[in-house]
Amino acid sequence: MELINIEATDETPKVILNSETHVFEFSGKSLPEDVTQFYNPLLEWLETYKSSPGNSTKAIFKMDYFNTASSKLILDILMLLEEIHEETSGVSVEWHFKEDDEDMEEAGEEYSDIVDVPFKSISF
Amino acid sequence: MEETIIEIGTNYMDFVSKFHRTIRNQKIMLVYEGEITQTITKAFSSMTEQNFEDSTDSPTTQKRVYHVMVECLQNVAKHADDELTGQPELPGRGIFMISNNENVYTVTTGNIIANEKIEIIKTMIDKFNALNPEEIKEEYKKMIKESRLSEKAGAGLGFIDIVKKTGNKIEYYFDKVNDKTSFFIQKSVINRD
Repeated sequence: MELINIEATDETPKVILNSETHVFEFSGKSLPEDVTQFYNPLLEWLETYKSSPGNSTKAIFKMDYFNTASSKLILDILMLLEEIHEETSGVSVEWHFKEDDEDMEEAGEEYSDIVDVPFKSISF
Repeated sequence: MEETIIEIGTNYMDFVSKFHRTIRNQKIMLVYEGEITQTITKAFSSMTEQNFEDSTDSPTTQKRVYHVMVECLQNVAKHADDELTGQPELPGRGIFMISNNENVYTVTTGNIIANEKIEIIKTMIDKFNALNPEEIKEEYKKMIKESRLSEKAGAGLGFIDIVKKTGNKIEYYFDKVNDKTSFFIQKSVINRD
């Protein structure tokens, strides 16, 4: 599968989706005007990956900020990861947050309550 | 004739002077009226971020102000209607204000909306305002799971998210403009710690 490597902008995060290393990364800010335009290609990529996933897949989130519309799309990504986990039992999620960012820590807790995937919260 | 011109001029200067005094008294950091585009949203929020560089407010407070600002501005950008027709206006226009005092930051937006939206907005805000923090968290988790993006790519989570993050009720006011539209004012308060 094609490697996705999108550089961060002041309104969209850096994204790496690599089907060879099976490591996915999302970092930075997310507040685009049209979230679907940015996230749909990523969700489509993950749908394709789901049909032949690796034995172990790691998703790293290191978000600085996201708006509510993006929070919905991040949940969509996590739900796809949950489906992959159901197949492979090999998905893990790392949720990184700045030590003093209570709300980002809480967002991680909420996501981990909603999706059934091994979920590790890490402060930096 | 000349006198009239001088009089208008004086009134205007007087207005500017009073306007300035009002802004100072209300501790308004930023006030804007006009089209609220994505560019404006980003400019205002990064301006606020920069202003925070020498602030004594905790990072969490700063983040919350930033967050509430973006949600409020994007709400106006996506949901403001035209004053005469009540039809969606893109980009939306409205007023945006942010002020601070010793204890709180206040983010206020005002924009025209179609009268038929009033009940929907009231019901939503009243519902969230009535919940305690635990209930808000549960409701939020339920809503984010069930939410479907609207045509305008909103998740319908803006109000509940503001109540959840700030721990304060959203205040609102509807000022009727005509049979089709009203001016909708939304005030969100972020505690300083």
